[in-house]
Amino acid sequence: MDTAALTAWIREFARLIAANKELLTELDSAIGDGDHGVNMDRGLTAVVSALDAEPPETPSALFKKVGMTLISKVGGASGPLYGTAFLRMAAAAGDSVELGKVLRAGLDGVVARGKAEPGDKTMVDALRPAVEALEGGGSVQEAVRAAEQGRDATIPMVARKGRASYLGERSAGHADPGATSVTLLLKALEA
Amino acid sequence: MKKLINDPSNVIADALRGIAAAHPELRVDHENRIIVRGDAPVRGKVGLVSGGGSGHEPLHGGFVGPGMLDAACAGEVFTSPVPDQMVAATQAVDGGAGVLHIVKNYTGDVMNFELAAEMVAADSGTEVVAVVVDDDVAVQDSLYTAGRRGVGATVLLEKIAGAAAEEGRPLGEVAEVARKVNAYSRSMGLALTSCTVPAAGKPTFDLPDDQMEVGIGIHGEPGRRRVPVAPAGEIAEMLVSPILSDLDYTGGDGVIAFVNGMGATPLIELYVMFNEVSQLLAKAGVPIARSLVGPYITSLDMAGCSVTLLKADDEILRLWDAPVNTPALRRGV
Repeated sequence: MDTAALTAWIREFARLIAANKELLTELDSAIGDGDHGVNMDRGLTAVVSALDAEPPETPSALFKKVGMTLISKVGGASGPLYGTAFLRMAAAAGDSVELGKVLRAGLDGVVARGKAEPGDKTMVDALRPAVEALEGGGSVQEAVRAAEQGRDATIPMVARKGRASYLGERSAGHADPGATSVTLLLKALEA
Repeated sequence: MKKLINDPSNVIADALRGIAAAHPELRVDHENRIIVRGDAPVRGKVGLVSGGGSGHEPLHGGFVGPGMLDAACAGEVFTSPVPDQMVAATQAVDGGAGVLHIVKNYTGDVMNFELAAEMVAADSGTEVVAVVVDDDVAVQDSLYTAGRRGVGATVLLEKIAGAAAEEGRPLGEVAEVARKVNAYSRSMGLALTSCTVPAAGKPTFDLPDDQMEVGIGIHGEPGRRRVPVAPAGEIAEMLVSPILSDLDYTGGDGVIAFVNGMGATPLIELYVMFNEVSQLLAKAGVPIARSLVGPYITSLDMAGCSVTLLKADDEILRLWDAPVNTPALRRGV
C-alpha cells in the first residue's frame, strides 16, 4: 500500500469511528466508564484535520502524525495504546507498506505499553488474530473476519485489564470496546 | 440532563475560565489545560504535579497552592489528561529540585504519565519520580485486575507530600512520604445514584431507587455488588469493615478519618456518616487523630460517599497540620 491508499484507510477509520461513536460509548458504559466513543472520535477528528492541513508524504510520516495526534488528543488508555501502535507502525514502515508487517509492529507496541495477554478482554484479542491472518498470507477480508471473531470472543470473557477488570465476573456478557474499535480499524481496509 | 453548562463539549474550558476568574493567585494555562501555583517554579523546592480526568473537583485543580500541589492537569471528564499537558506542567513547576508525579492507579493515567516522564527525560534534565496511589479495597483481586484504584487517599497524600516539599525536603524523601501515605491508607466507596457525563447526557449506569452500589470507583464505573438501600449505620459498617480487615490500624497514633462526598450528597448526610464511622472506630479501638469531612474527590453528580482511613504517625500528623493555602483546602495561613 502506498501513502495515498494508507491515508484513505485512516480517513475511513475516522469515518467508521464517528459512525459508531454511540455503539462504542454504549459498550464502554456497560463495562468501563462510557468515554471510548467520544474520546476516539475526538482523536480521529483531530487526525483528519492534521491530514487536511499537511498531507504526509510517506507512510512513515503518516503513521507518525496519526500516532502523535492520538497521544495528544485522546487521553484515557486508548490514547497511549493507539498512539504507541501507530508510532511503532511508523518505525516499521518503508516506502511502501506490507500490512501484516506494520500491523505486527503496532500489535507489539500495544502489548508493550498495556501488558495485556490474549484472553484479557482487550483490543489485543481482536488485533492479534487479524495480524496472524495477514502474516499467514490471508486476504484483508479474512483479516477482518478474524478480528470480528476475536471481538465476539471477548463477549463471554472476564476482563483482566483496564477499568472493566474492576467488575470481575460482571464484565462478562459484553464485547470489549477496544476490541470493537480496533475491528473498525481493520474494517476500514475494506472500503 | 439538567446541568449548569453551556455547550457540553466546552465544560472543561468554561470551568477553567471560572477557576482563573475566581483564583487570581493561580495561573491557568488554557491551551494546555493546566492549573499552576502563581509563584511557580519555587526555587529549590520539589514540584508536585498531579492530574486526572475532570469531574472529581475539587481534585486536583482545587488543591494547587502553597503547601499542596504546584500544578494540576485537567483531562476530559473521567479521562486521563494527555502527556503534552503533563510535560507542560512538569516544566512549569521545575524549580531545580525535581518533580513528583502523583498518579492515581488507572490504566490510562498510568500510561499517560509514563509517556510524559519518557518525554521529559528525552528533552530535559528534570528529574521525575512517580508515585502511584492505589488505596481502594473494593478491588479485591489485584492479580486479575488493573490493581487497586486510587481514590480518597489521593487527597491526603497531596496534602501531606505537599507539606513535605514545602519544608524543602529532597525529591527522594518527598516521594518516600507520599508512598508511606499510600501504604497506610485504605478506602471504600458507595453510590446511591449514578452520575451523568455531560457529553454522554444520560446516567452512566442504571441504579434503581431502592438499590445502592457498594465498592464503586470515582468514574461512574459500577461497583462490585448491588444491595438494597440501608440505614447509615449499616452503610458505615459496609465501608469501614473491609478497610479494617485489610490493614491493622491498631497500635499507631490513631487515624486520619476522611468521609468524602461523591458530589451530590449534602454535608449533613456526610456528618451522619462520620458519626457512624467514629462509633465503629471507637468499637474497634482505633482513635481518630484528625478528620476531614466533605466533597473533596467527587464523581460529578453522583450521590454517595467514601471512607478513607490513614494510619497516622508523628510525621504524618505534623505534615497534615502544616499550613496549606489552596482553593479547596486552606488553613493555618
